[in-house]
Amino acid sequence: MVEGNHLAVTSWLVSGRALFLAIHVLGIVGFAYIVARRLVPLTRAERDLRFDQPLARLRMVLKFWLGQWKHPRYKTAGILHILFFSGFILLAMRAFTVLILGVSYNFVMPGLAGKAGHIYEIATDYAATVVFLCMIVAIVRRVVFRPARYEVPAKFGKSHKADAIFLLALIAVLMLADSLFEAAKAAGQIQPGQAIAFGAVFSLPWLLKVALASASLPTLGRLYFSGYLLHEVSFYFLLCYRPFGIQFHVETSLFNIYFAKLDRAQLKPVKWGVSDDALDQVKSFGVKTFEDFTWKQMLDFYSCADCGRCSDNCPANAAGRPLSPRFLTIKARDYAFQHYPMFGKPGNGKALIGNLYSEDEIWSCTTCGACEQECPLLVEYIDKIVDLRRGMIDDGTVPQSLQKPLKAIESRGNPYGKLEKKRADWAGAKDFQQACPVKTLGKKNGAETLYFVDSITSFDDRMQSIGRATAKILHHIEENFGILGSAEKDSGNEVRRFGEETLFLALRDHNTEAIKASGVKHLVTADPHALNALRHDYKDLPPVEHISQVIAREVKSGKIRFKPVENGDKVYTYHDPCYLGRHNQVYEDPRHVLDAIPGLKRVEMKRSRDRSFCCGGGGLMLFYEPKEEERIGVKRVRMAAEAGANVIVTACPFCMVNIEDAIKVAGLEGKMSAIDLAELAEQHMVRESSEGQPKVGEIPQQCVTGR
Amino acid sequence: MEILVCARRVPDTSENEIQLNSAGNDIERDELVYSINEPDNYAMEEALQIVANTGGSVSVVTVGGEDDEEVLRREMAMGANHGILLADDAFAGSDGRGIASVLKAFVQKGNYDLILTGVQAEDGGAQVGGMLAAMLDYPFASLVNSIEILDGKKLKISREIEGGNKEISEIDLPCVLSIQTGINEPRYVGMRGIRAVASAPIPKYGLSDLGISAGTVGADAAKVKRVDYFIPVLGKTAEMLNGSREENVEKVLDLVAAKGGLK
Repeated sequence: MVEGNHLAVTSWLVSGRALFLAIHVLGIVGFAYIVARRLVPLTRAERDLRFDQPLARLRMVLKFWLGQWKHPRYKTAGILHILFFSGFILLAMRAFTVLILGVSYNFVMPGLAGKAGHIYEIATDYAATVVFLCMIVAIVRRVVFRPARYEVPAKFGKSHKADAIFLLALIAVLMLADSLFEAAKAAGQIQPGQAIAFGAVFSLPWLLKVALASASLPTLGRLYFSGYLLHEVSFYFLLCYRPFGIQFHVETSLFNIYFAKLDRAQLKPVKWGVSDDALDQVKSFGVKTFEDFTWKQMLDFYSCADCGRCSDNCPANAAGRPLSPRFLTIKARDYAFQHYPMFGKPGNGKALIGNLYSEDEIWSCTTCGACEQECPLLVEYIDKIVDLRRGMIDDGTVPQSLQKPLKAIESRGNPYGKLEKKRADWAGAKDFQQACPVKTLGKKNGAETLYFVDSITSFDDRMQSIGRATAKILHHIEENFGILGSAEKDSGNEVRRFGEETLFLALRDHNTEAIKASGVKHLVTADPHALNALRHDYKDLPPVEHISQVIAREVKSGKIRFKPVENGDKVYTYHDPCYLGRHNQVYEDPRHVLDAIPGLKRVEMKRSRDRSFCCGGGGLMLFYEPKEEERIGVKRVRMAAEAGANVIVTACPFCMVNIEDAIKVAGLEGKMSAIDLAELAEQHMVRESSEGQPKVGEIPQQCVTGR
Repeated sequence: MEILVCARRVPDTSENEIQLNSAGNDIERDELVYSINEPDNYAMEEALQIVANTGGSVSVVTVGGEDDEEVLRREMAMGANHGILLADDAFAGSDGRGIASVLKAFVQKGNYDLILTGVQAEDGGAQVGGMLAAMLDYPFASLVNSIEILDGKKLKISREIEGGNKEISEIDLPCVLSIQTGINEPRYVGMRGIRAVASAPIPKYGLSDLGISAGTVGADAAKVKRVDYFIPVLGKTAEMLNGSREENVEKVLDLVAAKGGLK
């Protein structure tokens, strides 16, 4: 009897078979056409070699796509997304089954007959309910709570709210249709007057089933039919509408994450597949028109979900500079939609700078990497910024404020235009030389370790103190070390990130030769920007370490011991430099060093480790004059004050410039100070043997326990 | 429009520490970094923008030696179509008039509608442009900070006069203009651009090519001669404020008010 009723209800679908089939064909053909059109710009794009290492890429998919790894960084939105993403994954098979039912009404997905099918049905009933509820919550969030990061500033166009809500509501309708369809079928099975069979209690289909328990069979049949039709129509409408907006990521995210950059520390080459030596033959550098982007960069544009996490973490955006990573993407996506329309010929490639993006917008980026750290879809920003800058450098569109230091680096090897022979002057003072001899390496003067000082520490009066502290630490741990002196040139970390690849390559080749000629086995630097360049942009160098790593290791080995903190009443906080933290994953060593100083009180800022907030940018960024409402550094100093700190410890000379300036600008002089980790460590090192050299292997307690 | 830009190679003031030589009559030149005279970049940028709008070509010329070829290449990397080096041992030691004579001889060989110079050489005295115009019997305007092409025969130009006001003039072509810095934003030229023109031919003209008689140029013909060179001693006009932040602010306000800066 049950079987008969079931048939009575489900056979209703038969009457609509032709209609359903037509909608299927229309939906599938429509979707295929739309996707094909969307792929047109990708076929005209630059190449991007992302087809290697399939296993590593699958691991990325498992972690970031299926595992939704980045989502919980924003709790509410993240949990919501994980819930409905899991719901979708569960419902995927059911959706296909339902679609097929329209043309074959007693179809059963292989493997889902009998008990397995029953369990799957219960699971999907709940999944549909969870997705439905998530959509309601998401709509309420959008309408009532309106998280600030979803807002669209006037300069970037109209609000995306209506579109977002429409899409959320469509999914809710889809879930409702699916549930109605299930409920009508189930209610039909128990007709007439039978006890309601156990199912997914309190799920949406279950509730509808209870409500429909007394409905007549023809009514149920009609509801079953309508539920199917609504499901089919909303399914295909969503499928074909998503490629026009922020939900395209439903389709593209899997590919975007599979093809995502595996080694984030590597900057994109000027052109994939063109060696550095062959670059002179390349006609145009960087991205000037939309088609100069690579296909993966375009896929990034399609994949953006408009969640706003990038801009929410972007220091340039926070300071009111004209850059918002979110709109860097959204604008490019809109451009693609507009210039590669569904019908008709693609539009001609206009210059991006001056039309889509302003020069200041692209120079505003500090390349801190906060946006990329946050993006759940692994959209890459730094490479695009660098590519756009390469294009501007190639066209000569460079602000005068940056032309001077670039020119000086070209002729003198440092952005200040100081004489090469004065590069080692920081180590030249007599009393310092006596206490801590620093040799300049040459053919006759070899060493185990090279201290790569880089430009700012060599020439800036304030930062030279970091250089001397670093040298004293190396001297204290009896490292056989030296410097390159006048043979050293700027590491070029920012030269490259500001798009001047040719100059960077010249610097790299010069320094590489000098380093190799010195015959050293290790490199140490106190400048995270130099660390980054030497480690990732240079090739075949000996291993490079930051001084904080050296100090942490020697604290553990017992070679460095600290006396009690000098200012016991001060509260310290550690500011993670972007190029030490996010770009090189050194988060714990500097903290271990601080915690090894007896009596030092340390607090964490709300934004720390991989969510650290940039100081304002290093290297050439110090020369750039951005239009901004408030300095980035001032914001950072306020964060330290909020955390209750009055000493900011950092481990980068550029952070020091920005933070010390910001302390003055914020009016916190006297109340707040900044010190470099190397300076602090050097001040607290126990030097006298009478104070008791620890035996090797004896580890200071603080270091083991941390804090 | 055919435009000629006169450029010059000078010690780069932002990248050198200028010191006197032991004789005290010149600066120590051994470790100097030379580059294009910065104001000439503005002249070149202006020429390139005019040509981009109205068509034509830009040539760049310099009077000097083999070393000076680098500034020509730099300007060619910027966009100049031709570079010409006017070099001859006989030119050495020329004063402003001597250099103007060499340039005049070169200009007369060609057919230029407009000749631009930088407002002045960083190591010079802003003399060549005016003298060149006089020798050619061309109209001349100095300190030009905007150029508008009226028709094929006239330009509307402006210069800033004391107090920040602008004076607008019309000038007939062909003419010589000295271009004020700030008229535009000169484009950036990197190593890549210079490498791209590294093998572009640069013709070299000497005394006989230009048809100049030996007695009119060079050290012997110079009527202006440098006799001394010194770096002024730092005066004691700077006052350091060593008070607290608030005190310093007060003091600065007082000082500015005392000088009539605040009313």
